[in-house]
Amino acid sequence: MAVPAQVDGAAVPRRTRLAGLRRVFAPVADARGMTRNMLWAGAGITLAFVLIALFAPLIAPYDFDTFQADGQRFGQLEPPSRDHLMGTNVQSTDVLSRIIWGTQTELKVVLVSLFISITVGVPLGLFAGYFGGKLDRVLVLVMDALLVFPFLLLAIVIAFLLADKVGQGILTAAIAITVVYIPLYFRVVRNHTISIREEPFVEAARALGARPLTIIRKYVFFNVVQNVPPLATLNAADAILTLAALGFLGYGIQPTDGAEWGYDVNRAVSDAASGIWWTGLFPGLAIVLLVVGLTLLGEGLSETVNPVLRKRPKVAVDMDAPMTPGTGADPS
Amino acid sequence: MAAAKGTSLRQYALTRLGLVLPMIFILLTLVFLLMRVAPGDPISAALGARVPKEEVDKIKAELGYDRPIYIQYVDYLGDVVRLDFGTTITDRRPIGEIIRENGAATLELTFYAMIVAIVVGVTFGLLAGRYRDTWIDGGGRLFGIVIYAMPVFFLGLMAQLFFGSYLGWLPTSDRASPIVDATLDKHTNLYTIDTLINRDWDAFVDSVKHLILPAVTLGLVTAGVFIRLIRVNVIRTMKDDYIEAARARGVDERSVVYNHAFRNALVPVITVVGLTVALLLSGAVLTETTFNWPGIGHTLILYLQNRDYTAVQGIIVVFALVVVIASLVIDFVNAYIDPRIRY
Repeated sequence: MAVPAQVDGAAVPRRTRLAGLRRVFAPVADARGMTRNMLWAGAGITLAFVLIALFAPLIAPYDFDTFQADGQRFGQLEPPSRDHLMGTNVQSTDVLSRIIWGTQTELKVVLVSLFISITVGVPLGLFAGYFGGKLDRVLVLVMDALLVFPFLLLAIVIAFLLADKVGQGILTAAIAITVVYIPLYFRVVRNHTISIREEPFVEAARALGARPLTIIRKYVFFNVVQNVPPLATLNAADAILTLAALGFLGYGIQPTDGAEWGYDVNRAVSDAASGIWWTGLFPGLAIVLLVVGLTLLGEGLSETVNPVLRKRPKVAVDMDAPMTPGTGADPS
Repeated sequence: MAAAKGTSLRQYALTRLGLVLPMIFILLTLVFLLMRVAPGDPISAALGARVPKEEVDKIKAELGYDRPIYIQYVDYLGDVVRLDFGTTITDRRPIGEIIRENGAATLELTFYAMIVAIVVGVTFGLLAGRYRDTWIDGGGRLFGIVIYAMPVFFLGLMAQLFFGSYLGWLPTSDRASPIVDATLDKHTNLYTIDTLINRDWDAFVDSVKHLILPAVTLGLVTAGVFIRLIRVNVIRTMKDDYIEAARARGVDERSVVYNHAFRNALVPVITVVGLTVALLLSGAVLTETTFNWPGIGHTLILYLQNRDYTAVQGIIVVFALVVVIASLVIDFVNAYIDPRIRY
């Protein structure tokens, strides 16, 4: 340990491969109070949904499109009972099973769309921010135009066009959502890159003759990427809402391919007139719960990662008390 | 003094306008690329495979779709400049007429929704900020998070279930009862105003009743943004030096809060009103679909289902223009109110 440090001529220990990522997540352990609660509550809810999605085949009583068992067709629009904890819908499928299978759909679409928007938005932002010039100006204009546009309309139009060409599926929905988020990543990463570009350590690297690509990779990237996890989590929450909205409008997942909560709520609108509540309430609550979970997680992360928002517990000073180690750390 | 102020404001307005034009141009180009280049042949898509080829060609020639794409593009830009957004393929309705009739329904819905959003948002935001870290604040923040997580169509569905079918108090779809809709003498297509012009009180009450659920649903969802923003602003303002100064001068706490803190905390709301226009329009598409409200968003969805590319293109262009112009107007108002913005 001490040997490489001496070779480098500095007391700083050599960085491990994931140093950047570790640095990103280090403040999580330091989070206190409200932020900490938000973080853990959000993480708990999100994890629960991830587990439900992973173990859907084991948990779900039926398949998402099963309308009969043992040769007996389920009743239509049956209220919640022992056989169907959340009742059945107009197609005689089990509402609970559709929600459980739907978790898979939602998470899949969100993961794919986040993956695409990060892999497109972050590099674009890095290059535009670092190199500037004409390319940067054009990209900024186009991205700003996309941001100005009502995001849902954009997603609908893209989903509509792709549905015509490729068909409705996870990828179509994910791309439609992606188009909305690429400008966000682009903007955040670009603006941050511009400020990092002027930092002395980048200047130094440049003076030493490092090539732009090396500078971007080794010096800029890990500083900029800190903003991505909180943004990605908040976007995941937003993406769920966008997907549900697409599903509600009939541009989400093909009903034969999988269960989707927004689509289920849409089907429930016609049930509402006759006072049938279980077909709409439960899928809707699933959306709300997952979005709340991801929002709490995202807000918690951004409050821990962003030093400006970070709140340290106020420690009451008791001048008379004898000094004992550890007494000051407990937030009220 | 007044003259100097005037020049700088005018200068700001001109700069801002100069920035808006390329933005509009890019938006128009994006829409054209998406709607016209991507699908290939919009006419056959709209009419389906059953229409004979000669018929398709005839309509294509009529609408000018047989010309090279760049000529169509230049034509399209020219039309938009003259505020001519084209005619739908499926039912040959001019887009301008759709904007007048269905746009009015959307305008009415979003206007009242905005009022609900501002009233709820400002009240809860001010209270949460004033009584920071109390149960009022906690409740306000929780409400903010839940309302953000609540899809507007789900909230609408719950409202329909509770106030519509369970309590039976309010109608859950359309702008008015069929009889009112059919007999109403339409001047502005804004039902709450038309019924007043006609002095038809029963019809007025009827249209207001139809408006309550959609407007409150859309308004509540939008209010979440306001609550968040105003809460933070109040907290920030309450820490400012001039609040301290006012207290030191012996101004009583009520006056400090109402006259000094709240007033200043509310200035940025104007900016957010502008930003929420895009949010409201997105929400309106969903709200209109949920409540069967014949607005422009609902119309857009219908044309999408019919694969009517020109209708979709025209409506999207209008949406884009509305959003850009709204943000422009808000910026002007802001510059007028707050001299610091006119750099």
